[in-house]
Amino acid sequence: MMRRGFVIGPVLSAVWMVVLSVTVAVCMSFATGEPFRPGIILSLLWGAVAGLISVYFGWSKVLYFGIAAGLCILGFIGLGPVLVGPETGLISRAVGAVALAAAFSASIRPILCDLVLGRLTRHEFETAVIRCLTGIGYIFFSAIVLIPFYVMVMTSLKNQSELMQNPLDFSIDISQGAELFRSYEELFSQFNFGTYLFNSFTISVFTVFITLAFAIPGAYAVARLRFRGRAAFSRSILLIYMVPMIVLALPIYIAFSMTGLRNSFWGIVMIYPVTTIPVALYMLQGYFRGLPAEVEEAGLMDGLSRLAVIWKITLPLSLPALASVSLYVFMIAWNEFLLAFMLLDDPTKFTLTRGIASLNSSEIPRQHLMAGSVVATVPIMALFLGLERFMTNGLTAGSVKG
Amino acid sequence: MHQLGPPIGTGPLAKREARLAWGLLFPTIFAVSTVVLLPLLAIFWISFKPVELADLRAPEVVLREDIRGDADHVGATPLIRYRLRNSSQEQPIHDVTFSDRIPEGLSVLELDPRCRVSDRDLTCDLGDWDAGARETLTIPVEVQQTYLTNGLRPQDSPAVTTGVSSNVLTNATFTFENFTRVFNGGEFLEVLWVTLFYTVFGTVGTLVVGLFAALLLNKSFKGQGILRGLYLFPYVAPVIAVAFAWLILFDPFSGSANALLMQMGVTQQSINFFGERPLALIMVTVFEIWRYFPLSFLFILARMQSIDTDMYEAADMDGASPFQQFWYLSVPQLLGILSVLFLLRFIWTFNKFDDIFLLTGGNAGTRTLTVDVYEQAFAISNLGAGAAVAVVIFGCLLTFSIFFLKYVSREEGL
Repeated sequence: MMRRGFVIGPVLSAVWMVVLSVTVAVCMSFATGEPFRPGIILSLLWGAVAGLISVYFGWSKVLYFGIAAGLCILGFIGLGPVLVGPETGLISRAVGAVALAAAFSASIRPILCDLVLGRLTRHEFETAVIRCLTGIGYIFFSAIVLIPFYVMVMTSLKNQSELMQNPLDFSIDISQGAELFRSYEELFSQFNFGTYLFNSFTISVFTVFITLAFAIPGAYAVARLRFRGRAAFSRSILLIYMVPMIVLALPIYIAFSMTGLRNSFWGIVMIYPVTTIPVALYMLQGYFRGLPAEVEEAGLMDGLSRLAVIWKITLPLSLPALASVSLYVFMIAWNEFLLAFMLLDDPTKFTLTRGIASLNSSEIPRQHLMAGSVVATVPIMALFLGLERFMTNGLTAGSVKG
Repeated sequence: MHQLGPPIGTGPLAKREARLAWGLLFPTIFAVSTVVLLPLLAIFWISFKPVELADLRAPEVVLREDIRGDADHVGATPLIRYRLRNSSQEQPIHDVTFSDRIPEGLSVLELDPRCRVSDRDLTCDLGDWDAGARETLTIPVEVQQTYLTNGLRPQDSPAVTTGVSSNVLTNATFTFENFTRVFNGGEFLEVLWVTLFYTVFGTVGTLVVGLFAALLLNKSFKGQGILRGLYLFPYVAPVIAVAFAWLILFDPFSGSANALLMQMGVTQQSINFFGERPLALIMVTVFEIWRYFPLSFLFILARMQSIDTDMYEAADMDGASPFQQFWYLSVPQLLGILSVLFLLRFIWTFNKFDDIFLLTGGNAGTRTLTVDVYEQAFAISNLGAGAAVAVVIFGCLLTFSIFFLKYVSREEGL
């Protein structure tokens, strides 16, 4: 029964309409703060009608402009799939209706294009269902990823009392100009965030270099040299990662308290690389194994020592892997929270993550907290987007911790 | 008669290679053992110790020194006064001594029987002190001309104090109290159950969501790279930033999520997402899934893209439908990476601390074992009990790692 075009077409179309109307309603609410909500019954009805029409007539330009125009008109008169409240402005009402009409009429063709009225093969049926599910998947994943970040950025730009009145109203008043970034300005002028940014950056860079200095020789030894205990060693590298940080943090806290290393830059720089060395070693040894041994042997035959071979042949060949590992280690050090939280109490020595934690109090407005989060997120995101290829390679190569 | 055949044992070349290898590995082994193995041993030690946060500051002798009375003309007789006390109200200090240098031009008139002066060095032996002990020593001195011309006061040379106090961390008192405390009480069972729920559902959730995300992106189209980068955001962003963003999004009073749900008519009154009992645990699990699906998504996608496409073409020819292709071709190919990811993520989720700590602080029924370590050690300031929980965690992990070594390292070809 389901595998007939005149059944599955309207069903998929109706489901798709519900998804789109929820999406448009959520988007419009988040953008304007005005009441929009999806009308489930109307969405099902209009979606089914549009689906039936398109399966019955097949694809033509006229038909789809017709559907789009119909949805627009229904939206304006208030019977569209997206319902609006009486206080919704005329412009946002129009934008919502047009957005839904455009999105639906543009996307329904790829979903339903292979369907015919009568009986369908299993292949055609499943393809249509999968296309619909794929569309839902894209919307779902993009929404869950974007919404928290959107809220983060917008909250940092808005006054807290405005948001208390209408938590959905994320619209910002562009005319404020530089006033918009007041919380950022205050973070840097009153809350020392310039220092924190600098601390985080130097600590992360130190961590990267120290990690590489330890991991490169170690990885080379595990990957290339023969010695007793090699297999056991390469297995235990990852086991080190199984030890939770909190278990180590307790004795480290005690030891640092007793030796006065708490609240010191060098204490943090000593401890961070150790948390990253095992994973860096594991990632690098995987890469070193993949390099052709013949090149190195040629170097050895020509009279280079092992160390010279590493320096002059292996390292230049593994620059991409080094970039991945460095990026990954930088990310871990930049995002590290637990150790910074436990070991740093002195506000002049804070890293960014520790600085944000100190903003989490009822006396400090939320927009500062979110502005701090944005300040910590933007550099790592920029670095990541710029070097995305290295990052994904690094992550998959390392099999990596979380 | 010489035996022909390959050399037996390790030759000099192999020995040199092994020496070099250990030399290259030494820095790593050294660093890792000081920061990982040593603390692990310390955890076992501390878990048998009745140690609290306040015990970290060892009791010490606090000394203040000043000069009383006029000292501005030759022949004046001021007093040098030393005020000493034990900084701890709970622990005694043994063999308290201090030594100081009396400036030139002050001649000592009278000396406490416990003190001696030789050349200008003063040493006093004050014996054993009880907790919170205080003591004041006064030494009358006569001023001479050199004192006035030199201008060197008694305070200018700092007094050195010594004392032996027993430190809970290093003495021989042991106790099982930490473990009985941890295991007693229904609390522990709840913590265990919460940990299990969080770990199992968090792990399965990340795998399933990651698998869906990978299926979506396993085709090339314009913008695939952008979407792939976008879907990694939750993993790349600092945990503290995204955790606070979630807290603000789901705030019960002014959170957008509540406002949205009310506007859509899903709920009538606002929901306290991170503050109510079953819901808070579900929410932290959802957060865990949200934050770590990118990781499993990346691995699964990498595996999917290495599957030979010929197979799918053949299946198409044979009339297999898309779902059948997924179920009978893709899933068996992905089982290997899925099981590896399951084990790895299981262990890492089990170890996760910061996420729950930042979202709920372990309240509202979300206290997992790792959060319990922090709660016991720092919130209740009982380091010993915290260490006992850490030992329990470590025991669980040992069990997991046996599984890990048995299955994962074979899959990974280690």
